[in-house]
Amino acid sequence: MSYKKRVDGRKFDETRPIEAEVGVIKRADGSARFKIGQTEAWVAVYGPRELVPRFMQNPQKGILRVHYNMMPFSGHGNRVRPGGNRRSKELGMVIRDSLLPVINLNDFPNAVVDVFIEFPQTDAGTRCAAVTCAAMALADAGLVMSDMVAAIAVGRVDDKIVADLNYDEEAYECDAGVTDIPVAVIPSTGEISLLQMDGITTKKQLFEALELAKDVSKKLYEVQKSALKKKYKVSEA
Amino acid sequence: MSELKTKEKTIVVPGEILATGMDYLPSYGTYREGDHIRAGKLGILNVDGKVLKITSISGRYLPKRGDTIIGKVIDVTMNGWRVETNSPYSAMLMLKDASNEFIEKGANLTRIFNFDDYIVCGITSVSSQRLIDLTMKAPGLRKLRGGQIMEVNTHKVPRIIGKNGSMVSMIKQATGCNIVVGQNGWVWLNSEDAKMELLAIETIKKIEAEATSSGLTDRIKEFLEKKTGKKIEARTTEHHEYREVSQ
Repeated sequence: MSYKKRVDGRKFDETRPIEAEVGVIKRADGSARFKIGQTEAWVAVYGPRELVPRFMQNPQKGILRVHYNMMPFSGHGNRVRPGGNRRSKELGMVIRDSLLPVINLNDFPNAVVDVFIEFPQTDAGTRCAAVTCAAMALADAGLVMSDMVAAIAVGRVDDKIVADLNYDEEAYECDAGVTDIPVAVIPSTGEISLLQMDGITTKKQLFEALELAKDVSKKLYEVQKSALKKKYKVSEA
Repeated sequence: MSELKTKEKTIVVPGEILATGMDYLPSYGTYREGDHIRAGKLGILNVDGKVLKITSISGRYLPKRGDTIIGKVIDVTMNGWRVETNSPYSAMLMLKDASNEFIEKGANLTRIFNFDDYIVCGITSVSSQRLIDLTMKAPGLRKLRGGQIMEVNTHKVPRIIGKNGSMVSMIKQATGCNIVVGQNGWVWLNSEDAKMELLAIETIKKIEAEATSSGLTDRIKEFLEKKTGKKIEARTTEHHEYREVSQ
């Protein structure tokens, strides 16, 4: 038996509906909101600013700190215990590492750029929503960036390669199982700055999934671009 | 064949292709990758002949030599004051650059500038490690007494000041307020008349919101004339607080 129709009726290469908005948190130096299906990320960027404690300062260039947090009511009915945990710490790290290749902090020795990512609701694909959203917020904060970063989870459900899995799909029960592959792509070069995999695939399926991720990330880049342009267009009138 | 891919004076996003071909040159905020010139930050594209550069519209203030800023005293040390500059780095005002008066050795420095005092000061140097030196020894640089501080986008400050200070002197003339605009996005206002002070704040916020549109000076003039009911004569060469610190 093969996977004929997706659980929410989408096409296999179709993402969930996307909303993107820039400048949602007025006091922050840069901010953005990104919603894909039921997963919603809010990002606030503060800085560059002075880094305390001082022993963390790097005299050669500025550092990036990413704070990932799921709100207590954000999951599927079970309260997410507030405060950091092993998972959020790891995700903060992978999100930072996927953003660092495009950000130039050489002009800010001893300083820090803080990125706070909050999820009011989650339905799988949070790390990808976080990366896509954080890239918009960092651009809004006026940082020197060679490009944006757009991330999407691709994967395999039974025998089909699909884009943007939601929670029900990740938990789909079938003989061949489900594989979830979050990918962050730098759109201009097609370079991959985040690649993780949960499950098993063949080499052919993996390459097929990566091609799909590249196609989807180009669409995400257009979404980021129009969201950023929209914020500053209003002030022109 | 070289070709411009994005229109001049439009908003560009990091990674966006601005031009192709080797006939265009990348300048501030842009970079070349292969055959393309791409945007390296968010901003407005400026084309000057063959040179492409980006004018920033967001982000924090970055200290530059020669800027006049408004700072806040956050620490008093052996030989000067540490000053908050609304940038990623705090600055140092050395004793010898602070005053022309004789200051006795071991004198209580808080008598000159105390904690939380706001000062108008000039930036004399910025090192590669972003150590900033300030001076108070130039005309117009002083301690600010009374009044209030408002924050504006540092990239909109040139519009608030206007050509040769035309915009800010127009607001001063119309409202009778004392106004000092720091390059770092802090603006100090002081007036006997609270209503006029609020009008000045409203005007500055209006300029900030409409900074990228043309014919702004005329619109602000009209706005101020309507609000105050007085006619404003165009005066551009009036004395104003803001000036470059000569080196």
